[in-house]
Amino acid sequence: MSTGSGPGAGHGGIGGSTALLDVRDLSVRFQRRGREALAVNSVTFTVQPRQTLAIVGESGSGKTVSCRAVMGLLPPAAQVTGSARFQGRELIGLSDADIRQHCGRDVAMVFQDPARSLNPTMRVGTQVTEAIRAHQPVSRRDARDRAIELMSLVRIPLPDRRFADYPHQFSGGMRQRLMIAIALACHPRLLIADEATTSLDVTTQAQIMDLLLDLQAQLGMALILISHDLGLAAAYTDDVIVMYAGGIVEQAPTRQLFSHVRMPYTQALLEAVPQLDRPAHSPLPVIGGRPPDPGAPLAGCPFAPRCPRARERCREDAPPLAEQEPGHYWACWFPCQDGGPG
Amino acid sequence: MSPSTSGPAGRAAAGGGAAEALLEASHLVQEFVVRDYGGVKGGVVHAVSDVSLRIWPGETLGIVGETGSGKSTLARSLLQAPPPKSGAVIFQGQDLVGLRRRELLDTRRHLQMVFQDPFGSLDPTWRVADIIEEPLTAYRIGDRAARRRRVREVLDLVGLDPAQYGRRRPRELSGGQAQRVAIARAVALSPALIICDEAVSSLDVLIQAQVLNLFERLRGELGLSYLFIAHDLALVKQVSDRVAVMYLGKLCEAGPAESIYQAPLHPYTRALLDSIPSPDPEAARKPAGAAIRGEPPSPIHPPSGCRFRTRCPRAQDRCAAEEPLMRELGGGQSVACHFPLSRPAQPAAQVAGQTERS
Repeated sequence: MSTGSGPGAGHGGIGGSTALLDVRDLSVRFQRRGREALAVNSVTFTVQPRQTLAIVGESGSGKTVSCRAVMGLLPPAAQVTGSARFQGRELIGLSDADIRQHCGRDVAMVFQDPARSLNPTMRVGTQVTEAIRAHQPVSRRDARDRAIELMSLVRIPLPDRRFADYPHQFSGGMRQRLMIAIALACHPRLLIADEATTSLDVTTQAQIMDLLLDLQAQLGMALILISHDLGLAAAYTDDVIVMYAGGIVEQAPTRQLFSHVRMPYTQALLEAVPQLDRPAHSPLPVIGGRPPDPGAPLAGCPFAPRCPRARERCREDAPPLAEQEPGHYWACWFPCQDGGPG
Repeated sequence: MSPSTSGPAGRAAAGGGAAEALLEASHLVQEFVVRDYGGVKGGVVHAVSDVSLRIWPGETLGIVGETGSGKSTLARSLLQAPPPKSGAVIFQGQDLVGLRRRELLDTRRHLQMVFQDPFGSLDPTWRVADIIEEPLTAYRIGDRAARRRRVREVLDLVGLDPAQYGRRRPRELSGGQAQRVAIARAVALSPALIICDEAVSSLDVLIQAQVLNLFERLRGELGLSYLFIAHDLALVKQVSDRVAVMYLGKLCEAGPAESIYQAPLHPYTRALLDSIPSPDPEAARKPAGAAIRGEPPSPIHPPSGCRFRTRCPRAQDRCAAEEPLMRELGGGQSVACHFPLSRPAQPAAQVAGQTERS
């Protein structure tokens, strides 16, 4: 998928000009023990206002690194190339001071571990207030009122009383609500939730997802949901991007993707998840092997060594990501047909 | 829970026959004292409250529950690490509670555990072969050559090439490989029961599926029993014969895996099932509010009566006044609820047929 012809205008915008976030040919390289590792390989996608986009993939697939690159949150050792435009303004290559203008204000992020993202020695109200005052010139009193408003927006019970509590006095679900309150402090246009519900219980996860979608509708935000959980992507998003070994391998509107899987990797992921309607003790279909070493990219399709459908061509020639059905992009020479991997 | 309805295996009298449970826990209670500043007693965490369960030879019992439900504490109480406050754990005919250290060590040989984080449970400075050999050395099994043979055998068994992986250290392994090493170490002593506490929860789905299949294969090849603890219901169902659902230190429902998922009796089980996002594109997006409301109450001050009543849509006055006892409602399915959900009108014979122990 090294060509620039990836999905950009897939959501009705002309050339992505109406897009909130327009990411083109984004690559991230790390130097590791004298070797170069390609963590993100020429990723192109757009996010429209109010869109809910899922980026799914396994650990190391590049889903988090690509979003952090957009946010300017990678260590200086990372070499980021390509372009990421937010409302037309280029984010890649901005100085730290300039990127602060966007991050936390226009684009906000919620991380997986709310316990580690909050300062344990600081009252939660102060942390929410701090986020507000970092970007907006408001008085302490106004910031406090706004913080309590935000805490009630994320449905923390008795926000004015809990304002002075410390993070350890909150449960995991409540801490994640606090993180969302902090992320919403400056009315972001785009909220990136990086495995934001992964460490939570299913019932709490359902509560937080309902909250996120309500807030998204209420505040008119776009939402990127980074997750390894295909079920979560299917249940809560409009569009899905599947990443493997640093690149996008399939992208489609959610319903289209899950009812017409084309990329064998997506198929393998779907089949490997235990489902309630599978009989107990039935063997799960598995594929062997591991993702390729990011330090030694393969000549052909990165999934070819593990792919049950791989042929000679796959090992020599990497398939480009291309729109092969309306709105449905995939990078595969021999895609699956409807009705399973036939 | 009364003795007559002893937990998930309440049908033991009917189905067990002459067979003896591999492990039988009755009325387990585990509590921890929390101390405030200055060592003043601050309260008692009721982590496990009167839990009874049985595991039959060759059977997998799944335990599902959320964070803080006490499922890990329950597992550790079974292992006597630390011993429960009260109750009995009969394993292979012997009560483990109150055993002396040396006797306990002898029984632990047959009772192994696999934890969630493989890197946390493998010594980073040891080589894989030494990690697996350690329990064999500790129990003085065979001579060095025999132990080395056994190490190669179990590495093969878990699908790792002994020549390639034996000399590696944990950091040279992927998460899935490290978990395989932890499993190899657990099976090296040929245990009768392995307790898996979120053993695949930290793995990526493709690796998780491989390790789940490995657990299933070892069960068949070695005649193992498992106590499989996880928060993911679909995952537990995948490997379990029977499933017990835990909430705030108590079992609220137990029974054959299929019937629990098809026709849950406890409102909490229903809520758990409804909270799982489905990757089925045709399944309609669940309406907001389908999830149960509120937060789990503190285990220091559990609600009176039924512990789920504060979040239960069906709760009535009786639920606060009277604790619901575990009772069997047919088909081996037991529930601790005054107002259980009704079963769909499905042929009872079919459900009963599935629960027949093979």
